[in-house]
Amino acid sequence: MNQFEKLTIKSTIQHLRHKDFSCKELTEFFIKKISNNRKLNCFITETPEHALKMASNSDKKIKNNETRAMEGVPIAMKDLFCTKNVKTTAASKILENFIPFYESTVSKKLWDSGSVMLGKSNLDEFAMGSANTTSFFGNVINPIKGKNNSDLVPGGSSGGSAAAVAAGLCLGATGSDTGGSIRQPASFCGIVGMKPTYGRCSRFGMVAFASSLDQAGTLTKNVDDSAIMLQTICGYDKKDSTSSKMHVPRFSEYEKLSLKGKKIGIPKEYLVDGLNSEIKKSWENFSDEFKKIGVEIIDISLPHTKYSLPTYYIIAPAEASANLARYDGVRYGYRHENVDNLNDLYEISRSTGFGDEVKRRIMIGTYVLSAGYYDAYYIKALKVRRLILDDFLNAFKKCDLILTPTTPNVSFLIGEKQDDPLEMYLNDVLTVPASLAGLPAISVPAGKNKDGLPFGLQIISSHFNESLVFKAAKFIEDINK
Amino acid sequence: MSIDNSIVKKISKLSKLKISSDSEDKMAEELNNILNWVESLQEVNTEEIEPLLSVLNEKMPLRDDEVVMDDNQGDILNNAPEKKSGFFVVPKVVE
Repeated sequence: MNQFEKLTIKSTIQHLRHKDFSCKELTEFFIKKISNNRKLNCFITETPEHALKMASNSDKKIKNNETRAMEGVPIAMKDLFCTKNVKTTAASKILENFIPFYESTVSKKLWDSGSVMLGKSNLDEFAMGSANTTSFFGNVINPIKGKNNSDLVPGGSSGGSAAAVAAGLCLGATGSDTGGSIRQPASFCGIVGMKPTYGRCSRFGMVAFASSLDQAGTLTKNVDDSAIMLQTICGYDKKDSTSSKMHVPRFSEYEKLSLKGKKIGIPKEYLVDGLNSEIKKSWENFSDEFKKIGVEIIDISLPHTKYSLPTYYIIAPAEASANLARYDGVRYGYRHENVDNLNDLYEISRSTGFGDEVKRRIMIGTYVLSAGYYDAYYIKALKVRRLILDDFLNAFKKCDLILTPTTPNVSFLIGEKQDDPLEMYLNDVLTVPASLAGLPAISVPAGKNKDGLPFGLQIISSHFNESLVFKAAKFIEDINK
Repeated sequence: MSIDNSIVKKISKLSKLKISSDSEDKMAEELNNILNWVESLQEVNTEEIEPLLSVLNEKMPLRDDEVVMDDNQGDILNNAPEKKSGFFVVPKVVE
């Protein structure tokens, strides 16, 4: 096995500093591995030339002892983050040829800390999906195979990022999470996915889906890497008025925290119909493991949980319908040829440029915001959203963390659950509530089912308490090793 | 509340999306399924509950009112499907 196969972000930073190998060698290894694994379809755009340029710059920095936090670490950038002079598509035909002339804050922070960009990873179109099957550039294949070597979905929307990390095509990847788009694919691919508190990361330059929910985060092989990478992308940004001014602690110092005497809540409402029995068992087992180290496990109730998905599927499409109004075929993006009036130009460009799921959500969003329905649907959903947030705030008066499964089930076959949009939406039933409440939540691998398919457990904390989330996730990771 | 083809037409017009007449039935059905499903929210008592627009519990600052000059007209127009003399080009709108 190649010496690079087992690397993590943490170990790579050490090796590069000790000059055990050069960043150029490492980057060349990943470039080759990516080109050998094109069948997984993890990348929409590979950027080998960029990567080698950045790698050579990192080698210089290392030589001069000027290393930065993620010096020389090769990563994938979800193709939802605008990258200067590098095509950014959001996996949509409508942005097929869009080349931003500015850099998103999250990607800028990663490059400024020395990370190396291997490419732009695939996703569901505009991050709308839970299986990476809505991408205009084709579905991503999970590197973990099902029965009889069948192809499984990687989850979504950050499916390309999750599959690339799981297949060892990069050391980490960015993701974005609106209702579960980091945690669900992390669970399906057997890796760590972290969505921080809403406002921790700037949304500037991240293609907008639902602005009150969208939050950047990380997909990594383990918890330590997650803490290192998250550190890099957090912080207030004057270009995003909804980014938070809260102090960003040193996440890597989570080790110093103690779980002893802490309380973990188990919400009974997360025992949903159809919850996989092996996932349920693992959930119970890890509750017992926490007990053994002096954590108090308490039963809690989040009574409005069952209204989370319906609330989400009003608010997210409503915001999407407004955000996606910008795609008009005039200023940038796809424009239909040979149209002779402006209205047709808008309508035909948008109808041809957007895929079915995106159109469905724009239609729903437009409907719930339209005169006569606005109060009954949109305002009602915003009120229920407050009740969902209040459920969590009340729960965190009694406990420090909440432990749940990430997904009701393991990954499924490509092509499954495609006929009924509602069936696809149910994938996110356990991840959406924390998104609506803006809470930090991680998915950490907790085991495999009898067919060898991985699943994760989700740990949720109160706002801005990511360090404690990492501590508990590390505990699960150590036992699951 | 039920969505029929005339409502599909109305929403598609508001959304600036063209839905072909043979897709209208399918779209109406899908939208109805989704709306029936979100209907459960009506059973929640939300009297005296304020709508939650943002979970961010911080004051959003106003930026300083200063003129910032960005000389990026060319960069912006680079992504335009059609441009002329520093302008975006659209089909004729005035007769």
